Amino acid sequence: MIRVENLGKTYAGDWVVDVEALELPRGGLTAIIGPNGAGKSTLLSMISRLQAPDRGHVTLDGQDILRIKGDVLARQLTVLRQDNAMTARLTVADLVAFGRYPYSKGRLTEADRAEIERALALVDIVPYRHRFLDELSGGQRQRAFIAMVLAQDTEYALFDEPLNSLDIRHAVSVMHLLRRAAEDLGKTVVTVLHDLNFAARHADRIIAMKNGRLQVVGRPDEVIRPAILRDLYGLDLDVTERQGKPLVDVFG
Amino acid sequence: MSGAVDISPSGARGGSDRAGALMVWGGLLALVLLAGVSLVVGAGQLGLRGLLADPDTAGLLLTSRLPRTAALILAGMSSAITGLIIQRLVQNRFVDPTTMGTVDSAALGLLLAVIFLPAASPMTRMGIAALFAWGGTGLFLLLLRAVPRRSPLMPPLLGISYGAVIGAAASFIAWQMDLMQSLGAWMSADFSIVLSGRYEMLYLAAGFTALAWVLADRFTLAGLGDSMAKTLGLNPGQVLALGITIVAAVAGCIVVTVGFIPFLGLIVPNLVSRRVGDNLRRALPAVALLGAVMTLACDIAGRLIFHPYELPIGVTMGVLGAVVFLSLLLRSQRA
Repeated sequence: MIRVENLGKTYAGDWVVDVEALELPRGGLTAIIGPNGAGKSTLLSMISRLQAPDRGHVTLDGQDILRIKGDVLARQLTVLRQDNAMTARLTVADLVAFGRYPYSKGRLTEADRAEIERALALVDIVPYRHRFLDELSGGQRQRAFIAMVLAQDTEYALFDEPLNSLDIRHAVSVMHLLRRAAEDLGKTVVTVLHDLNFAARHADRIIAMKNGRLQVVGRPDEVIRPAILRDLYGLDLDVTERQGKPLVDVFG
Repeated sequence: MSGAVDISPSGARGGSDRAGALMVWGGLLALVLLAGVSLVVGAGQLGLRGLLADPDTAGLLLTSRLPRTAALILAGMSSAITGLIIQRLVQNRFVDPTTMGTVDSAALGLLLAVIFLPAASPMTRMGIAALFAWGGTGLFLLLLRAVPRRSPLMPPLLGISYGAVIGAAASFIAWQMDLMQSLGAWMSADFSIVLSGRYEMLYLAAGFTALAWVLADRFTLAGLGDSMAKTLGLNPGQVLALGITIVAAVAGCIVVTVGFIPFLGLIVPNLVSRRVGDNLRRALPAVALLGAVMTLACDIAGRLIFHPYELPIGVTMGVLGAVVFLSLLLRSQRA
């Protein structure tokens, strides 16, 4: 279980993240929603140790995350950030193979190769495996990065807006993928989502953030409510029900 | 869904694999041919028949031509590889040891060693040059952190001016101590001075670049950016320090022996990257071979153009390098 205690990050005197306590239990799909600048990405970065907090700490199964060795942590927790701009020319297969680095340290075993193949197939990118990343469309590239995260095969997988630049077909398939990772493989998936309806339909839990603070944490039907959404986004949004889950009319 | 990766007979191997294999085999062939040419071309006549009949010819081959050819191959390989490493670590295609103050710092170190420790062994001099190269490169990277990286041309521009400052300090000292000629020789390569007994430190440089092969995956990963590297359990700072150490040690060896070859570390990794990509495991052999081939070709051209007089490789490589570099620049502007 990931536990966040009194975690804070400050930029120029403002607390961009100010979370007193948050628990992310094992298993399930948790979505983080909230307006731009709510501190969602910063929270994710601090949980995954990419950014140092200015106060408080994060523990993973009772251990302070800053005390865990880098390669040990890389086998337990991973994160896919929003901006994966890179100057290196790598092929899709090479990128996904680097997902196995925490295990293989560069010497791939048969088991590693099997994981790589599985990850490539899961995101439907096998035909492009030998292409360079800079020769792919935004959506294909995004799927290659997701495959890399899947190949890393960690207990905890954090995603920052993984649906960015995906068309509807691939957005749905990535959501199903995250769902399956949580349900069938028992992984703990935490993802920042902008699309409220994807969160409402597929998440087990939703964390709503605003101004660096947690507003509400709960099941989709507890969070996706007109009053809460008005508080979050300053908009009156109509919420109905479809397939037993909330459905937001997001078009104003 | 099986472990059967990349073993199916056709079509399964990627273009980058094929391009890499092609470059390596083509490079090996060219290397052997050019090495042969390098052994026979020069001011002194050297033919197979003469070699058997005349002991002097054999002497020429062993004390001059063979060492020179070996030095060309070793220096070419290691210079090109230092460029490859540093380009990945800085995540910029336009930096190499000559455009980031590394070579200037090494030359400054060597100059100070010659002045203050005149009795020092070549090994000690090399060590001091490498130490200065390390410090100079580290300082440059710290500087680079402080400036915004909006344009990919920013790091080389900063590096060139930074190197010029160090170079100016070195020139001033050299001028005062009447060592301008030595300084010039360290900064720009000349292989006509290579004789047996005076180039062997280059094997050490090759040894350091062999280390790069061991650390190849780490360098590639570090080149994906700090957060990606950390997410995969790597300490980017540590990898950077290792990389600088290799680059500085190689720069030290080369400056002490033959002088640095301009442009090589800049253009060879770029030429290889276009076809093979930036996965060091795949790019390293091609970069090493192409580096050696280009160095041999430029040196042989320098020996032939005004035969029996020689043009130093700094001139021939400078011309070739500038042309290739300009075309790379223009192409990257269009892309």
